[in-house]
Amino acid sequence: MLRQLKKKLPGAIAFLLIASATGSGSASAQSIDSTQEGIDDYRQMLSDGGNPGDLLVDTGKELWLEKKGPKNVSLQACDLGLGPGVVKGAYARMPRFFKDADKVMDAETRIMYCMQTLQGINPKDITPTVFSKSGDISTDWEAIVAYVANESAGIAMAAPQSHAAEKAAYERGQKIFFHRSGPYDFSCATCHGAVDKRIRLQNLPDLLNAKDAQQAYTTWPGYRVSQGVVRTMQWRLQDCFRQQRLPKLKFASQASIDLLTFLAVRAKEGKMAAPGIKR
Amino acid sequence: MATRPMRIRAKETDGVVNVKVLMAHVMETGQRKDQEGKIVPAWHITNVTAKCNDKDVFSAQWGPAISRDPYLAFSFKGAKKGDKIEITWIDTKKETRTDTAEIK
Repeated sequence: MLRQLKKKLPGAIAFLLIASATGSGSASAQSIDSTQEGIDDYRQMLSDGGNPGDLLVDTGKELWLEKKGPKNVSLQACDLGLGPGVVKGAYARMPRFFKDADKVMDAETRIMYCMQTLQGINPKDITPTVFSKSGDISTDWEAIVAYVANESAGIAMAAPQSHAAEKAAYERGQKIFFHRSGPYDFSCATCHGAVDKRIRLQNLPDLLNAKDAQQAYTTWPGYRVSQGVVRTMQWRLQDCFRQQRLPKLKFASQASIDLLTFLAVRAKEGKMAAPGIKR
Repeated sequence: MATRPMRIRAKETDGVVNVKVLMAHVMETGQRKDQEGKIVPAWHITNVTAKCNDKDVFSAQWGPAISRDPYLAFSFKGAKKGDKIEITWIDTKKETRTDTAEIK
Protein backbone atom coordinates (compact mmCIF):
# COMPACT_ATOMS: atom_id res chain seq x y z
CA MET A 1 0.00 0.00 0.00
CA LEU A 2 2.84 2.34 0.82
CA ARG A 3 4.59 1.50 -2.43
CA GLN A 4 1.45 2.42 -4.40
CA LEU A 5 1.17 5.71 -2.51
CA LYS A 6 4.73 6.56 -3.40
CA LYS A 7 4.08 5.97 -7.11
CA LYS A 8 0.93 8.06 -7.26
CA LEU A 9 1.96 11.14 -5.30
CA PRO A 10 4.78 13.55 -6.10
CA GLY A 11 8.02 13.05 -4.18
CA ALA A 12 7.93 15.38 -1.15
CA ILE A 13 4.31 14.76 -0.21
CA ALA A 14 4.77 11.01 -0.55
CA PHE A 15 7.80 11.16 1.73
CA LEU A 16 5.88 13.10 4.41
CA LEU A 17 2.89 10.79 4.25
CA ILE A 18 5.01 7.69 4.44
CA ALA A 19 7.07 9.08 7.32
CA SER A 20 3.93 9.85 9.31
CA ALA A 21 2.38 6.50 8.44
CA THR A 22 5.30 4.52 9.82
CA GLY A 23 5.45 6.89 12.76
CA SER A 24 9.19 6.64 12.95
CA GLY A 25 10.10 9.61 10.78
CA SER A 26 12.75 7.53 9.03
CA ALA A 27 13.54 7.89 5.38
CA SER A 28 12.70 4.28 4.50
CA ALA A 29 9.65 3.98 2.34
CA GLN A 30 8.69 0.47 3.39
CA SER A 31 7.87 -0.66 6.93
CA ILE A 32 8.57 -4.40 6.63
CA ASP A 33 9.66 -4.42 10.24
CA SER A 34 6.71 -2.42 11.62
CA THR A 35 5.60 -5.36 13.73
CA GLN A 36 9.09 -5.80 15.10
CA GLU A 37 9.32 -2.04 15.66
CA GLY A 38 6.05 -2.15 17.51
CA ILE A 39 7.30 -4.98 19.69
CA ASP A 40 10.55 -3.09 20.31
CA ASP A 41 8.60 0.08 21.23
CA TYR A 42 6.50 -1.93 23.68
CA ARG A 43 9.65 -3.38 25.24
CA GLN A 44 11.16 0.08 25.50
CA MET A 45 8.03 1.33 27.29
CA LEU A 46 8.21 -1.58 29.71
CA SER A 47 11.81 -0.92 30.62
CA ASP A 48 11.32 2.87 30.86
CA GLY A 49 9.66 2.42 34.21
CA GLY A 50 12.54 0.39 35.51
CA ASN A 51 12.77 -3.38 35.76
CA PRO A 52 11.17 -4.83 38.90
CA GLY A 53 13.49 -7.78 38.35
CA ASP A 54 16.35 -5.55 39.47
CA LEU A 55 14.71 -5.25 42.88
CA LEU A 56 14.53 -9.02 43.13
CA VAL A 57 18.31 -9.27 42.66
CA ASP A 58 18.78 -7.56 46.04
CA THR A 59 16.50 -10.12 47.68
CA GLY A 60 18.37 -12.91 45.90
CA LYS A 61 21.67 -11.73 47.31
CA GLU A 62 20.21 -11.69 50.84
CA LEU A 63 18.96 -15.26 50.35
CA TRP A 64 22.34 -16.38 48.98
CA LEU A 65 23.98 -15.18 52.20
CA GLU A 66 21.30 -16.58 54.50
CA LYS A 67 21.98 -19.70 56.58
CA LYS A 68 19.52 -22.41 55.64
CA GLY A 69 18.79 -26.11 55.67
CA PRO A 70 19.68 -28.90 58.11
CA LYS A 71 23.34 -27.89 58.04
CA ASN A 72 22.42 -24.23 58.71
CA VAL A 73 24.95 -22.90 56.21
CA SER A 74 24.72 -20.19 53.56
CA LEU A 75 25.47 -20.66 49.85
CA GLN A 76 28.52 -18.46 50.07
CA ALA A 77 30.96 -21.35 49.61
CA CYS A 78 29.15 -22.63 46.52
CA ASP A 79 31.47 -23.34 43.59
CA LEU A 80 29.69 -22.22 40.43
CA GLY A 81 32.69 -23.14 38.29
CA LEU A 82 35.04 -20.29 39.07
CA GLY A 83 35.96 -21.47 42.54
CA PRO A 84 34.12 -21.56 45.86
CA GLY A 85 32.52 -18.25 46.70
CA VAL A 86 32.93 -16.72 43.23
CA VAL A 87 29.55 -15.68 41.82
CA LYS A 88 30.67 -12.90 39.49
CA GLY A 89 30.94 -14.14 35.91
CA ALA A 90 29.92 -17.71 36.77
CA TYR A 91 26.54 -17.70 35.00
CA ALA A 92 28.22 -16.69 31.72
CA ARG A 93 30.35 -19.84 31.90
CA MET A 94 27.55 -22.32 32.31
CA PRO A 95 26.44 -24.97 31.50
CA ARG A 96 29.79 -26.64 32.17
CA PHE A 97 31.22 -29.93 33.40
CA PHE A 98 31.68 -30.16 37.16
CA LYS A 99 34.23 -32.67 38.37
CA ASP A 100 32.71 -33.12 41.84
CA ALA A 101 29.30 -34.01 40.40
CA ASP A 102 30.82 -35.75 37.37
CA LYS A 103 28.29 -34.19 35.04
CA VAL A 104 27.50 -31.13 32.98
CA MET A 105 25.28 -28.74 34.92
CA ASP A 106 23.48 -25.52 34.10
CA ALA A 107 23.28 -22.71 36.65
CA GLU A 108 20.06 -23.89 38.27
CA THR A 109 21.15 -27.52 38.50
CA ARG A 110 24.39 -26.34 40.09
CA ILE A 111 22.64 -24.07 42.61
CA MET A 112 20.39 -27.00 43.55
CA TYR A 113 23.53 -29.16 43.93
CA CYS A 114 25.06 -26.58 46.27
CA MET A 115 21.85 -26.46 48.31
CA GLN A 116 22.03 -30.22 48.59
CA THR A 117 25.71 -30.63 49.43
CA LEU A 118 26.36 -27.46 51.43
CA GLN A 119 23.03 -26.92 53.15
CA GLY A 120 21.78 -30.50 53.32
CA ILE A 121 18.52 -29.65 51.57
CA ASN A 122 16.82 -32.51 49.72
CA PRO A 123 16.04 -31.34 46.15
CA LYS A 124 12.80 -33.35 46.22
CA ASP A 125 11.56 -31.06 48.99
CA ILE A 126 12.05 -27.82 47.09
CA THR A 127 11.78 -28.75 43.41
CA PRO A 128 7.94 -28.62 43.41
CA THR A 129 7.98 -24.99 44.61
CA VAL A 130 10.90 -23.47 42.72
CA PHE A 131 8.65 -21.60 40.31
CA SER A 132 5.91 -19.21 41.44
CA LYS A 133 2.30 -20.10 40.73
CA SER A 134 -0.22 -17.84 39.06
CA GLY A 135 -0.65 -14.60 41.02
CA ASP A 136 2.22 -15.26 43.43
CA ILE A 137 5.21 -12.99 43.80
CA SER A 138 8.62 -14.34 42.76
CA THR A 139 9.82 -17.30 44.78
CA ASP A 140 13.07 -17.39 46.71
CA TRP A 141 14.47 -19.63 43.98
CA GLU A 142 13.65 -17.07 41.28
CA ALA A 143 15.30 -14.39 43.40
CA ILE A 144 18.49 -16.42 43.87
CA VAL A 145 18.78 -17.26 40.16
CA ALA A 146 18.15 -13.59 39.29
CA TYR A 147 20.99 -12.61 41.63
CA VAL A 148 23.44 -15.19 40.25
CA ALA A 149 22.64 -14.26 36.64
CA ASN A 150 22.87 -10.55 37.38
CA GLU A 151 26.41 -11.10 38.70
CA SER A 152 27.34 -11.91 35.09
CA ALA A 153 25.70 -8.81 33.62
CA GLY A 154 27.90 -7.25 30.95
CA ILE A 155 30.05 -10.39 30.69
CA ALA A 156 30.20 -12.28 27.39
CA MET A 157 28.65 -15.74 27.28
CA ALA A 158 31.37 -18.38 27.17
CA ALA A 159 29.87 -21.78 27.97
CA PRO A 160 32.84 -24.13 27.60
CA GLN A 161 33.04 -26.94 25.03
CA SER A 162 36.40 -28.36 26.01
CA HIS A 163 35.38 -31.41 28.05
CA ALA A 164 34.00 -34.47 26.25
CA ALA A 165 30.85 -34.37 28.39
CA GLU A 166 30.23 -30.75 27.41
CA LYS A 167 30.54 -31.62 23.72
CA ALA A 168 28.22 -34.60 24.16
CA ALA A 169 25.65 -32.42 25.94
CA TYR A 170 25.73 -29.96 23.02
CA GLU A 171 25.18 -32.78 20.52
CA ARG A 172 22.26 -34.19 22.49
CA GLY A 173 20.82 -30.70 22.95
CA GLN A 174 21.00 -30.14 19.21
CA LYS A 175 19.18 -33.42 18.57
CA ILE A 176 16.45 -32.45 21.01
CA PHE A 177 16.15 -29.02 19.37
CA PHE A 178 15.31 -30.60 16.03
CA HIS A 179 13.33 -33.59 17.31
CA ARG A 180 9.64 -33.42 16.32
CA SER A 181 7.10 -35.02 18.60
CA GLY A 182 3.89 -34.50 20.50
CA PRO A 183 0.35 -33.95 19.23
CA TYR A 184 1.43 -31.10 16.94
CA ASP A 185 4.64 -32.74 15.76
CA PHE A 186 6.52 -29.66 16.99
CA SER A 187 10.20 -29.33 17.63
CA CYS A 188 11.97 -26.28 19.04
CA ALA A 189 13.02 -25.57 15.46
CA THR A 190 9.39 -25.38 14.35
CA CYS A 191 9.10 -21.96 16.01
CA HIS A 192 12.72 -21.05 16.57
CA GLY A 193 14.38 -22.26 13.41
CA ALA A 194 13.57 -19.48 10.93
CA VAL A 195 13.91 -15.69 10.70
CA ASP A 196 11.19 -13.07 11.20
CA LYS A 197 8.63 -15.31 12.80
CA ARG A 198 6.18 -14.29 15.47
CA ILE A 199 3.22 -15.62 17.41
CA ARG A 200 0.72 -12.81 17.65
CA LEU A 201 2.77 -9.96 19.10
CA GLN A 202 5.59 -12.05 20.49
CA ASN A 203 8.52 -12.30 18.12
CA LEU A 204 10.19 -15.71 17.86
CA PRO A 205 13.96 -15.49 17.93
CA ASP A 206 15.69 -17.67 15.37
CA LEU A 207 17.87 -19.59 17.81
CA LEU A 208 20.02 -20.92 14.97
CA ASN A 209 21.03 -17.35 14.18
CA ALA A 210 23.84 -16.09 16.42
CA LYS A 211 22.46 -12.58 16.98
CA ASP A 212 18.94 -13.77 17.84
CA ALA A 213 20.31 -16.53 20.06
CA GLN A 214 22.47 -14.03 21.96
CA GLN A 215 19.58 -11.61 22.41
CA ALA A 216 17.27 -14.37 23.62
CA TYR A 217 19.62 -16.23 25.95
CA THR A 218 21.23 -13.22 27.61
CA THR A 219 17.91 -11.71 28.72
CA TRP A 220 16.84 -14.71 30.80
CA PRO A 221 16.15 -14.84 33.72
CA GLY A 222 13.68 -12.06 33.03
CA TYR A 223 10.80 -10.24 34.69
CA ARG A 224 7.56 -11.25 33.03
CA VAL A 225 5.34 -8.18 33.28
CA SER A 226 2.18 -10.19 32.55
CA GLN A 227 2.98 -12.52 35.45
CA GLY A 228 4.63 -10.05 37.80
CA VAL A 229 7.48 -12.43 38.56
CA VAL A 230 11.01 -13.24 37.41
CA ARG A 231 11.20 -16.39 35.31
CA THR A 232 14.32 -18.49 34.83
CA MET A 233 15.70 -20.47 31.87
CA GLN A 234 14.61 -23.79 33.36
CA TRP A 235 11.10 -22.32 33.60
CA ARG A 236 11.31 -20.99 30.05
CA LEU A 237 12.15 -24.45 28.70
CA GLN A 238 9.39 -26.04 30.77
CA ASP A 239 6.94 -23.52 29.37
CA CYS A 240 8.15 -24.14 25.80
CA PHE A 241 7.39 -27.84 26.32
CA ARG A 242 3.97 -26.93 27.69
CA GLN A 243 3.26 -24.68 24.72
CA GLN A 244 4.20 -27.48 22.34
CA ARG A 245 1.87 -29.76 24.33
CA LEU A 246 4.77 -32.09 25.09
CA PRO A 247 5.07 -34.04 28.37
CA LYS A 248 6.39 -31.95 31.24
CA LEU A 249 10.12 -31.24 31.08
CA LYS A 250 11.55 -32.20 34.47
CA PHE A 251 13.42 -29.57 36.42
CA ALA A 252 17.21 -30.04 36.14
CA SER A 253 16.73 -33.12 33.94
CA GLN A 254 19.45 -34.29 31.57
CA ALA A 255 17.31 -33.10 28.64
CA SER A 256 17.01 -29.61 30.10
CA ILE A 257 20.76 -29.41 30.72
CA ASP A 258 21.52 -30.63 27.18
CA LEU A 259 19.13 -28.11 25.62
CA LEU A 260 20.57 -25.31 27.74
CA THR A 261 24.09 -26.30 26.70
CA PHE A 262 23.06 -26.14 23.05
CA LEU A 263 21.41 -22.73 23.50
CA ALA A 264 24.18 -21.28 25.65
CA VAL A 265 26.88 -22.27 23.17
CA ARG A 266 24.88 -20.78 20.31
CA ALA A 267 24.61 -17.55 22.32
CA LYS A 268 28.36 -17.30 22.86
CA GLU A 269 29.89 -13.82 23.00
CA GLY A 270 26.51 -12.30 23.75
CA LYS A 271 26.77 -9.99 26.76
CA MET A 272 24.61 -11.14 29.64
CA ALA A 273 21.83 -8.68 30.48
CA ALA A 274 19.81 -10.48 33.12
CA PRO A 275 17.34 -9.94 34.57
CA GLY A 276 15.69 -8.81 31.37
CA ILE A 277 12.13 -7.56 31.09
CA LYS A 278 9.55 -9.50 29.14
CA ARG A 279 5.93 -9.19 28.04
CA MET B 1 7.88 -11.62 54.96
CA ALA B 2 10.41 -8.80 54.94
CA THR B 3 9.54 -5.78 52.81
CA ARG B 4 11.50 -5.60 49.60
CA PRO B 5 13.56 -2.50 48.82
CA MET B 6 12.52 0.22 46.39
CA ARG B 7 14.75 1.84 43.84
CA ILE B 8 14.73 5.63 43.75
CA ARG B 9 16.26 7.84 41.09
CA ALA B 10 16.09 11.61 41.57
CA LYS B 11 17.54 14.09 39.15
CA GLU B 12 17.52 17.85 39.37
CA THR B 13 17.34 19.90 36.16
CA ASP B 14 16.78 23.67 36.06
CA GLY B 15 15.41 23.77 39.58
CA VAL B 16 12.96 20.91 39.03
CA VAL B 17 13.62 17.53 40.63
CA ASN B 18 12.31 14.53 38.69
CA VAL B 19 11.83 11.50 40.89
CA LYS B 20 11.31 7.94 39.65
CA VAL B 21 10.51 5.20 42.12
CA LEU B 22 10.11 1.49 41.54
CA MET B 23 8.51 -0.35 44.47
CA ALA B 24 8.39 -4.09 45.01
CA HIS B 25 4.94 -5.03 46.27
CA VAL B 26 2.51 -7.81 45.44
CA MET B 27 -0.42 -5.34 45.25
CA GLU B 28 -3.14 -7.93 45.71
CA THR B 29 -6.46 -6.34 44.76
CA GLY B 30 -8.70 -8.45 46.95
CA GLN B 31 -10.78 -9.45 43.95
CA ARG B 32 -8.75 -12.40 42.75
CA LYS B 33 -9.68 -15.99 43.55
CA ASP B 34 -7.15 -18.71 44.26
CA GLN B 35 -7.10 -22.31 43.00
CA GLU B 36 -9.75 -23.38 45.52
CA GLY B 37 -12.06 -20.51 44.63
CA LYS B 38 -11.42 -18.49 47.78
CA ILE B 39 -10.84 -14.76 47.50
CA VAL B 40 -7.19 -13.81 47.91
CA PRO B 41 -7.31 -11.05 50.51
CA ALA B 42 -6.38 -7.51 49.55
CA TRP B 43 -2.80 -6.54 50.28
CA HIS B 44 -1.70 -3.38 48.59
CA ILE B 45 -0.07 -0.05 49.25
CA THR B 46 -2.55 2.52 50.57
CA ASN B 47 -0.38 5.60 51.01
CA VAL B 48 2.82 6.90 49.50
CA THR B 49 4.58 10.00 50.80
CA ALA B 50 7.78 11.72 49.83
CA LYS B 51 9.79 14.04 52.03
CA CYS B 52 12.65 16.30 51.13
CA ASN B 53 14.46 18.54 53.62
CA ASP B 54 11.75 17.76 56.21
CA LYS B 55 8.99 18.99 53.89
CA ASP B 56 6.27 16.80 52.39
CA VAL B 57 6.65 17.11 48.63
CA PHE B 58 4.33 14.36 47.47
CA SER B 59 1.54 12.21 48.81
CA ALA B 60 -0.77 9.68 47.23
CA GLN B 61 -3.61 7.40 48.24
CA TRP B 62 -3.56 4.16 46.34
CA GLY B 63 -6.22 1.53 45.84
CA PRO B 64 -6.56 -1.82 44.08
CA ALA B 65 -6.18 -0.24 40.64
CA ILE B 66 -2.42 0.16 41.06
CA SER B 67 -0.60 -2.80 39.54
CA ARG B 68 2.14 -5.00 40.95
CA ASP B 69 5.61 -3.62 41.52
CA PRO B 70 4.37 -0.08 40.99
CA TYR B 71 6.36 2.55 39.17
CA LEU B 72 5.85 6.13 40.27
CA ALA B 73 7.25 9.29 38.73
CA PHE B 74 6.69 12.82 39.95
CA SER B 75 8.50 16.16 40.06
CA PHE B 76 8.77 19.03 42.46
CA LYS B 77 10.63 22.31 42.95
CA GLY B 78 12.69 23.68 45.78
CA ALA B 79 15.49 21.19 46.24
CA LYS B 80 19.03 21.02 44.94
CA LYS B 81 21.60 18.38 44.06
CA GLY B 82 22.85 16.57 47.12
CA ASP B 83 19.59 16.88 49.06
CA LYS B 84 18.00 13.67 50.26
CA ILE B 85 14.59 12.48 49.15
CA GLU B 86 12.80 10.01 51.38
CA ILE B 87 9.92 7.87 50.10
CA THR B 88 7.59 5.95 52.40
CA TRP B 89 4.81 3.56 51.63
CA ILE B 90 2.32 1.92 53.97
CA ASP B 91 0.04 -0.94 53.00
CA THR B 92 -3.26 -2.57 54.03
CA LYS B 93 -1.45 -4.78 56.53
CA LYS B 94 0.09 -1.64 58.02
CA GLU B 95 3.53 -2.78 56.87
CA THR B 96 5.70 0.11 55.90
CA ARG B 97 8.93 0.75 54.04
CA THR B 98 11.08 3.85 53.75
CA ASP B 99 14.00 4.33 51.43
CA THR B 100 16.17 7.36 50.80
CA ALA B 101 18.14 8.56 47.83
CA GLU B 102 20.33 11.49 46.97
CA ILE B 103 19.23 13.98 44.34
CA LYS B 104 21.76 13.88 41.53
